[in-house]
Order: sequence, then structure tokens, then C-alpha cells
Amino acid sequence: MSVAHSVSHDAHGDAHGHGHEQSFISKYVFSTDHKVIGIQFLVTTLLMLMVGGALALGVRWQLAFPWESMPLVGRLLFSGEGGQISPEFYTMLFTMHATVMIFLVIIPILAGAFGNFLIPLMIGADDMAFPVLNMLSYWFMWPAIFCFFASFFSAGNGAAAGWTSYPVLSALPQAAPASGMAQNWWLVGVTLVGVSSMMGSVNYMTTIINMRAPGMTLFRMPLTIWAMFITAILQAFALPVLTAAGFMLVADRLLGTCFFIPAGLVVNNADPTVGGGQPLLWQHLFWFYSHPAVYIMLLPAMGMVSDMLANAARKPLFGYKPMVYSMAAIAGLGFIVWGHHMFTSGMNPALGMTFMTSTMMIALPSAIKTFNWIGTIWGGKIEFNTVTLNSVAFVSMFVVGGLSGIFMAAVPVDIYIHDTYFIVAHFHYVLFGATLFGLFGAIFFWYPKMFGRKMNEGLGKAHFFFTFLGANGTFFPMHLLGVAGMPRRYADPYLHPYLEHFLPMNQFMTYSAILMGCAQFLLLFNFAYSMFYGEKVGRNPWKANGLEWTAPSPPGHGNFDVLPVCYRGPYEYSSPLVEEDFLLQTEYLSPPDKAEPVKEPEHA
Amino acid sequence: MRWFWLTFFIVCPIAAVVFCVIAPGMDWWFPSEAGSPLGERIDSLFNLILYIVTGTFIGTQIALVYVLWKSSKKDDERAWFSHGSHNLEVIWTIVPAGILLFIALYQMDVWAEYRVVSKFPKEARKAPVAEVMARQFEWRIRYPEPGRILQIQQQPTDLYAVNELIVPAAKPVMIYLKTQDVQHSFFLPELRVKQDAVPGQIIPVWFEATEPGEYVLVCAELCGWGHYKMGARVVALAEEQFEAAMEELAEEQSDDGFADAGDSDDE
Ligand code: HEM
Ligand SMILES: [Cu+2]
Ligand SMILES: [Cu+2]
Repeated sequence: MSVAHSVSHDAHGDAHGHGHEQSFISKYVFSTDHKVIGIQFLVTTLLMLMVGGALALGVRWQLAFPWESMPLVGRLLFSGEGGQISPEFYTMLFTMHATVMIFLVIIPILAGAFGNFLIPLMIGADDMAFPVLNMLSYWFMWPAIFCFFASFFSAGNGAAAGWTSYPVLSALPQAAPASGMAQNWWLVGVTLVGVSSMMGSVNYMTTIINMRAPGMTLFRMPLTIWAMFITAILQAFALPVLTAAGFMLVADRLLGTCFFIPAGLVVNNADPTVGGGQPLLWQHLFWFYSHPAVYIMLLPAMGMVSDMLANAARKPLFGYKPMVYSMAAIAGLGFIVWGHHMFTSGMNPALGMTFMTSTMMIALPSAIKTFNWIGTIWGGKIEFNTVTLNSVAFVSMFVVGGLSGIFMAAVPVDIYIHDTYFIVAHFHYVLFGATLFGLFGAIFFWYPKMFGRKMNEGLGKAHFFFTFLGANGTFFPMHLLGVAGMPRRYADPYLHPYLEHFLPMNQFMTYSAILMGCAQFLLLFNFAYSMFYGEKVGRNPWKANGLEWTAPSPPGHGNFDVLPVCYRGPYEYSSPLVEEDFLLQTEYLSPPDKAEPVKEPEHA
Repeated sequence: MRWFWLTFFIVCPIAAVVFCVIAPGMDWWFPSEAGSPLGERIDSLFNLILYIVTGTFIGTQIALVYVLWKSSKKDDERAWFSHGSHNLEVIWTIVPAGILLFIALYQMDVWAEYRVVSKFPKEARKAPVAEVMARQFEWRIRYPEPGRILQIQQQPTDLYAVNELIVPAAKPVMIYLKTQDVQHSFFLPELRVKQDAVPGQIIPVWFEATEPGEYVLVCAELCGWGHYKMGARVVALAEEQFEAAMEELAEEQSDDGFADAGDSDDE
């Protein structure tokens, strides 16, 4: 914990200057200021990103050099095994990799870091509706992190039932003897992350509904805010289901209930279970949360990329309303597609057909959004800076992830590719390819608002270049491994002759992953370096339109020097009404422009 | 720099396409031709989607780089002040919706034949060849004695094997899939069959190996540390050989080691 403390106050070493006199602790540690909390989340999650990345490299090492001891770090990390990765340890590695990345990186960095920092600034509020709740939402992350680490380091080998934790493997301690206590820690950790997210969600919804500046109507909100709003709703409705399921699983493990355990199982030569439960129940409950959760892991990035692309192209966002509606459609449909994770699970085959159709339909709003992003760049005036590059990479890689989704949505095809590396390719394209590149862009874009300085462009481009190549080199071949029928979560796929010849390809992927991992140090270095040596900037370095750009960089306590009033939508770039190529939402024009300029396009 | 990045964004998708085009030649593709009639149909559905998706991929990546190219060369001109196009929105909603719906409907038959029990081939449904029971970390097979029908309950005359499932080739066969402990998944890559074995359930699965031969059987659902080593095989034999193999197995299991006797139970 102390590490994070010291890092997080370093991080806002120069975010002060304004505001009332406050003690150091209440200003930087237990702060109720949404900006400080946002930055605390950002720094914490970036550190967790490195932890999750290291775990991934462990997985990759084993796949490239099975059973060979890892040079340098091997002895340090798992000395007991002579630097080798045992199958138990391997199982734990991919479980914890996914857990850290999903619960401690992607979800909190989107909603916790950017949601917190941006919502009040973009809607013109002085803070969140419930600042103390907001602070608690950050501090509840720490017990969760503690639980996951306890799980990682507890006797045996850590939680090892995958991030999906399907019972009976996760419900009966004897099914995975090495993960005894670890699985309990893991479940408590997930619950605590849920508590943290829920506090955030309630806050975001209330703030967005109630605290918008005068004139900030719903349809003048930037897409980032729409995305955060919809995400918060998704969280609030889906999360309780996971929490309940988690408690039931804990009860099965510790109290002897049998929600998920049927009778008569003989596991690891123990006595037969008494049971009466249903393992499929867990899958339904888990995916009822976790499918919406994959959109929780994407929508905010979609929103931010929309804002960044319009700004980069100096052009209004193409199809603002279709963008909003398609986001809402994704969220709505997101609640009725969970069964696509269970096509081979033995559920009623009629469900396979229904879920296939709804899943195909959810690809539609994704397609609409992609076309609108391309439309936004179309006819724009763009410059290839780091923000542009990362945003374009988002679109480019999201296309791959969305398209591979169609294979898996098709039930008969999914019979074959389910639980192979094809799935792994799919979700890395959407989560790494789309979300993470969107986030990198967002870090570069809003950094000046956070710290009053820009991040270094050269380093930013180098980071982008290597990350993009590394990511594609790592994840693209996974599609082929999937087509070849390589199951996921295998410690040694080469045991099976039909997969033997994929060793060289896996080695190539591991080298790419190492490249990508190393490139992240460029980001961390840039992040820290620019805080002190970055180019100083004024309020609006990107010539953007949003309310956040009218506040000082960094904004003081209370954000705005005068209460902003909003006169128009956020995307009036290159408007013929003004000389410059941007038009702040707060700028009053006389005579006033139409409240909601709806111009017929010149051609189409 | 402009040309560098434009090239970058076009070379990467091209590399991806090239990679896929050469993949079958490099043996980076399906482990073999589909070895079952249903598998062939799954492959053709896969290929259909592959064509649609590749077209869309190339189209969107070209469009992306095209708009980047056009919009990065403006010098003094202002960007096009446009909030979008109603007509385009309609087009790019309806066209993909039609395609997606078509893909969905087009898949239904194969799925129904694969999974809806009443649509299973009759001969397979009447006489399941074996029960496959997964456990950490092996596959236990239970056959009925030749001439008998497999019962859900174990019978004293049943025959047992581990990690080798013998089935008749060139005709549809059905097995009962279950698990003794945690969840596993019965995956035959060459035959394009996958079905989870769920604790507490007995799931009928049918498939047909067109040609006699050996097929890989692996586990596709995380079942513990030894998940990766649950390899086994399915041996498809021509009808007579299959019967001979069953007889042989029966013989072997009733053999108590004495040369003369032959009437003892199985162990
Ligand atoms: C274009 C729309 C999409 C479609 C049609 C789609 C379809 C699917 C399907 C059918 C599966 C289950 C495959 C299987 O296990 O056999 C799946 C898995 C997954 N998808 Fe998507 N998907 C889409 C978009 C996304 C997005 C946007 C995200 C996240 C940001 C995402 C994240 C995931 C994850 C994490 C899994 C795997 C979970 C696991 O098994 O560990 N998908 N997707
Ligand atoms: Cu899903
Ligand atoms: Cu397994």
C-alpha cells in the first residue's frame, strides 16, 4: 500500500496551487476532489497494467519455451520450482492475468480514472454529486488489490479456475487442491471490486443527471459523457448479479451449501458430493454480468475516441445521434446475449438459436459506430500526432475484433472454435486493440488538463509504433491457432501431435509480446518525465470545444473560475460562424446560432 | 511523417491478409479436412463468414486509410463542416443488418442437426455406442456388451476402456457424455465436434467419422492443472472390424487368466 501512496502523491505533485488550505493527507491521499481521485485511479491502474503484463509474459514464456526455466527472473519468482513454470502455476498465471487486467486495469481505468476526472469537467460541475462516496470508491480498490495479492501468494498456487471460475472446479476445494484459500480470496476480491464500481456508478449517474451546467442538454453532452452514463447504468444493473453469484459460490466453498454442486460427484477421490445444485446456473449468472461487463470495458473508450477523432479531424462528429443511439442499443442488447458464451455448455439448443440472433444483432451498432468514425475523419483536416495515431489504431483494431465476433456468434462455427485461441484473439483485439489504444490516446489527450503539461510527442509515437506492431504480432496469429484447434489454457499444447508444429509461431508471438511489454516503459517514462519536463500548456492546447478546456490546466478545487454556460453541442469544429476552426461550447455568439445546428449535408 | 503513417496503417492490414492467405499452405489452418459430414458443413459456413468478413475488413481498412490520406493533405483549406448524412446512416444500418440476419438464419439448420436430439439420425439415437465419462484427467469409456444396448445405469456386463473410444466408421454414432468430477469438454478437432461435459448431466452427442482412422480427442474446458494432458483418441473402424474389436474387448475383460475358464465377470 505504501508504494501506491507515494506514487500517487508524486503524481499530482504539481496539481495544487488553487483551492483552500488543506492538510496534505486530505488533499492528496484521502481526497474527495474528483480530479485527485481520478489521477489516483490512473496511477494505480497503470501500475496494475504492468503487473498484469508481467503475468502475461509468464504465460507467453511457457507457450514459447515449455518447461524451460525462465532466465533471470525465473528463480526469483518461483524458486521452489527451479525457475520452471509448473502446470499449477501456469493455470494460476493466466487466471491472475485476466483478473488483474479486467478488474484492476480496464474497468477502473475507464470508469475510475477517466470517468472521475472527466465527468464533472465535461458537464461543467464543480465536483461529483457524492464526493465522499467517490473517495471510498477509490479506497475500496485497495482491499480488493490486497485480496487478489493474497490469493496470488497464499499457500499452494493461487486461484486457478480461470477468470470465469466455473464451478465445480471453483466450488470444491478438492477439485484444485493447490488453490484452497486462494479461491476464497479471489472471490472476496471480485466482490470488493464490485463494491468500488458500484459506488462509482451511482455517483456518475447522479452527477450526470443532476449536475450539468446550464444549457448542457442531454444531446449537447460529449460522447464521452454519454458513454460513461450508459456504462454506469450497465454496471448498476449487471453487477448485483455477479455479487450475488459470488456470495453463493463462497457459501458453497465455505458453508457447505450446494448452489452449484450436483450430487454424486467423485472429485479427487473424496467422498461423493451430496449436491442438488446446477453448475450451469453459475455460467448464466456469471455471463449475465460479464457480457455487459465487456461493454463496460469498451464503451467509455468508444466515447473518448469519438471526442478525440472529431478534435483531430477538426470536424463535427459524423452522426452524433446515431452514435448515441447505437451506444444505447449496445447496452440494451448487451443484456440479452450472454448465452453466446455458453453455446457448447449443454443448455437447451433453442437458446443457442436465440442467442445467436441477438448476438448477430449486437454487431450492428458496432458496425454503425465504425462507419461513423471513418465518416468523422472523412473530409477532415488531420495531423498524425500521438492522439490521432492511437485513435485510428482503436478503429482499425476494433474492426478486427468485431469481425471475429461474427464467427463466434454463428453457433455451428462456434462449436469448433469455442474455447480455442480464436476466442483469445477476439477479446484481445477488442480489449487490447480497441480499449487500450483508446486509453493511450486518452492519456495523451487529457494529460495536459491533468498536469498542465503535454506529454512528449516523440516518445509517444515510438510507444505507439512498437505497441501496435507488438500487439498485432502477438494477437493476430492467435486466430490461426484457433482455426487449427488449439484449445486455450493449455500449459503444453505441443503434447498433442496436431499442434506440435505451432511452436515456432508461438515463439514469434512471445517475442512480439516482449517487445510490446518493453514498449510500455516508454509510456511510463513519458508519463513521469512529462510531469516535470513536459511542454507547458494553457487551457486549451488541442483547440477543443468541451467545457473542460475552459478550466485552468490543471483545474483548481471547484474546477471553473466562472460557472460555465453551454450554448451548443461539443463538436462544432470548423464552423463557418467563426474564424477559428473550433467553437467552444461556452462561447456566446450574437446573434445566437441555432441551438442544435442540424445542417443538411452538402453531398452524400 | 505523413507517408510513413499512411503506409503503416495500410501495410499492417495487408500483412494480416497475406498471413491468412498463405496460412493453409503453411499448414497453419484446420488440422485436417473435416472428417465428418456435419464438419464439412461447419467448414463451409466458416468459409462463407470468412469471405464476408474478409471483404468487410479490406473495405473498412481501405476506407480508413483513404480518408486519412485525403484529410491529412489539406493545407489551408478548412475541414468539411458536416454533421453526417441521414442517407448514409440508413444504408449502413440496413445493409449490415441484412447480412447479419442472413448469416444467423443460414446457420440454424446445422445447429439443429448437431444439437436437437429429435433431429439426430435415427440409427444413432436408437443405439448409443458408448458412455464417455471425463474425469481429472482422463476419459473413461463404457461400452455395452456386444449384442446389448447401453443403459444409463452401469451393467455388470459392460466393457471398459480408458482414453480410447472405438466407434464404427461411416455411420452416425451417438455417445452419452458425462463427467465424474468437474466440467470438461469433449473436443474432436478433426470432426469439428465439441460438447461440454457438465457435472450432473448426461448429454447425448452424435458424430460420424466418414473414414476409418484415428482422431484426436482433447479437453476444451479448463478442468484443473492437468487440463492440457487430457489427450485421447477416437478410433473409427469399419463395421466388421468394429464388431471384432468389441468382441475382443469382451474376451479380454472376461478372461480371468486361467487358460480354460471363460465365465467370470469383468473385474
Ligand atoms: C461485434 C460484436 C461482438 C460479437 C458478435 C461478439 C461475440 C462474442 C462471442 C460469440 C463470444 C463467445 C465465444 C466463445 O466463447 O465461444 C465472445 C467472447 C468474448 N468477447 Fe465478444 N463479441 C463482440 C464484441 C466484443 C467486445 C466489444 C468485447 C469487449 C470489449 C468483447 C469481449 C469478449 C470477451 C472478453 C470474450 C471472452 C470471454 C471468455 O471466454 O473469457 N466482445 N464474443
Ligand atoms: Cu459476450
Ligand atoms: Cu480439461
